Amino acid sequence: MTAAPVIRVRGLVTRFGPQTVHDGLDLDVERGEVLGVVGGSGTGKSVLLKEILGLIDPAAGRIELLGHDTADLDRAERTALQARTGVLFQNGALFSSMTVAENVMLPLKEHTGLSPALIAEVARVKIAMAGLPPDAGTKHPAQLSGGMIKRAGLARALALDPDILFLDEPTAGLDPIGAAAFDTLIQGLQRSLGLTVFMVTHDLDSLTSICDRIAVLVDKKIRVGTLAQHLADPHPWIHDYFHGPRGRAALDAKERNQARRHEEEDAKRLAKG
Amino acid sequence: MRAAEPVAATLVKDGAAKDGARIEAGNDPGLADGGWRIAAAGRWTLESATAASDALDRAPKPPGGAAVRLDLARVEALDTVGAYLLNRSAERLGAEGHAVSVVGLRPEHSALFDAVRDAGKAPPHPIEREHHPVLDMVVRTGQTTVSAAKEILDLVGFLGLVTVTFARLILRPSRLRLTSVLFHIEQTGLNALPILGLLSFLIGVVLAFQGADQLKRFGAELYVVNLLGISVLREIGILMTAIIVAGRSGSAFTAQIGTMKVNQEVDAIGTMGLDPVELLVVPRALALMITLPLLAFYADVMGLFGGAVMAYATLDITFGQFIRQLHSAVGINTVIAGLIKAPVFALVIAMVGCYEGLKVSGSAESVGIMTTKAVVEGIFLVIVIDAVFSVLFSMLGV
Repeated sequence: MTAAPVIRVRGLVTRFGPQTVHDGLDLDVERGEVLGVVGGSGTGKSVLLKEILGLIDPAAGRIELLGHDTADLDRAERTALQARTGVLFQNGALFSSMTVAENVMLPLKEHTGLSPALIAEVARVKIAMAGLPPDAGTKHPAQLSGGMIKRAGLARALALDPDILFLDEPTAGLDPIGAAAFDTLIQGLQRSLGLTVFMVTHDLDSLTSICDRIAVLVDKKIRVGTLAQHLADPHPWIHDYFHGPRGRAALDAKERNQARRHEEEDAKRLAKG
Repeated sequence: MRAAEPVAATLVKDGAAKDGARIEAGNDPGLADGGWRIAAAGRWTLESATAASDALDRAPKPPGGAAVRLDLARVEALDTVGAYLLNRSAERLGAEGHAVSVVGLRPEHSALFDAVRDAGKAPPHPIEREHHPVLDMVVRTGQTTVSAAKEILDLVGFLGLVTVTFARLILRPSRLRLTSVLFHIEQTGLNALPILGLLSFLIGVVLAFQGADQLKRFGAELYVVNLLGISVLREIGILMTAIIVAGRSGSAFTAQIGTMKVNQEVDAIGTMGLDPVELLVVPRALALMITLPLLAFYADVMGLFGGAVMAYATLDITFGQFIRQLHSAVGINTVIAGLIKAPVFALVIAMVGCYEGLKVSGSAESVGIMTTKAVVEGIFLVIVIDAVFSVLFSMLGV
């Protein structure tokens, strides 16, 4: 295990015509952490994600993924690196002409020399790990609900056991119960698979419950810190974000959850003692 | 009590990956009653999964009924695939009647191992019903026939709906979206001029060349003008126009309306108390009914021009001769017999295009399927109706 950050962004500049979205942005994502990325509309959260993934070229700056500068890679190296990253797009981006199982099997077929039987079995395990019922594998994306599409997308993103998992608004469009279940799923998978998670989100509950650190896009730069650090940040946007009515509600919910967990633990201890 | 076999340690090493997955299996000296020990070592990951799978298959099998210890202490790296393979072999041994225990699992691997074990417990996909080839063919033929019949019925129903909407608009002309009509006239008419002109010109050239070749044998070169006049004005001009417009504009209608359907724009129109047919279908149909006759006339002129150029080049028929011969060969009736079909073709193409667009559902993939369908159906119906017109004209003696 290296101590070097899994994702290192230095001096990133992004421009669309005359408009500058990022101006000298620096970001480090450490191995094994869950980083939540927030920011107002139009601050370039999804653009940052696409730049790290190599879908958009930045105007200036360096992006290192797993210690490799993405600009220096040749085709083969880039493909190898892409096999170590998994992406869950906002609307799943499942291939609509394929079943869920075929979607999950596609990267395995393309990037590994496993036998078809083993690929099918691995795909079945991934689908089950993503919390989908066994019959979901034979269904087409059009037959699935929004929450199931996200889970299927997650199963495909995890097909190659990536080191880094990118999530673009994973809980958007889910009902609160589904969103909470999805958060729990991501947290469980992150722990068992040892993933580094880069999560663009608007969901304050996700931020407070599963993110280790939070990166806030403000003033064309990024401010990374723990929840406690951001709560103390006087920057007006960050203050409004975390101290607004929704922010407060999410924090209260977190406190309540923690309090309940402590009570349960105390009760257990008492019962044992 | 079985006789204790000598401890047989087999090492199966993956030749390709240097530190690939390895398996050692043999009698377990740690267990008193002749238990069996399977020790996994090395990297149990996706890269070495094939070797790992082979190693597990080739490892010596424990004697019947022996307790098995699966020792994972020397597993250096583990991912989902590796964990799945180890779990699978533990389950298989369990199913064969061995008491399996997993030992030595490193703490950093235990969460993954447990997660995969739990996921692996899910029953496999239900096996799909076996297909019978002949039966399937019969079923598909039936399904296609029924859906084709339903499609025709629906299309007729849609035609009725559009007609009623048209009638309502005639009573209240202020509701007609004039801007939209003009926009679609530009899109379907003006923008189609270059491609339609070029293709019609070339068809005229080809027809004149082929006709001249045959008619020269009889010394009846001049009659190439009659041939051109009748065929271009009655059939070729209008048919070419209709087919090009079906491919160009019919497909565009389906794609436009279909995309709106996917974006729920059509639903939004409905919730605002507006009529999607009035807003989307009528302007397109009206625009196409105006432009198609004009385009057909333009195609006629370009086709004849192409023929005249070719007649001059190969048969030395001057433009003056060409015009005079054309004048004596075809009357205004011939032109009308061609152009009168244009509004009908326009209506059919617009109907099919808009209807398939409104039938788009769910995904973007559906837009593609429906667009293809609109073009195929549009061209098919144009040719069928053209044949009907021919029969009708011959009965009427036009």
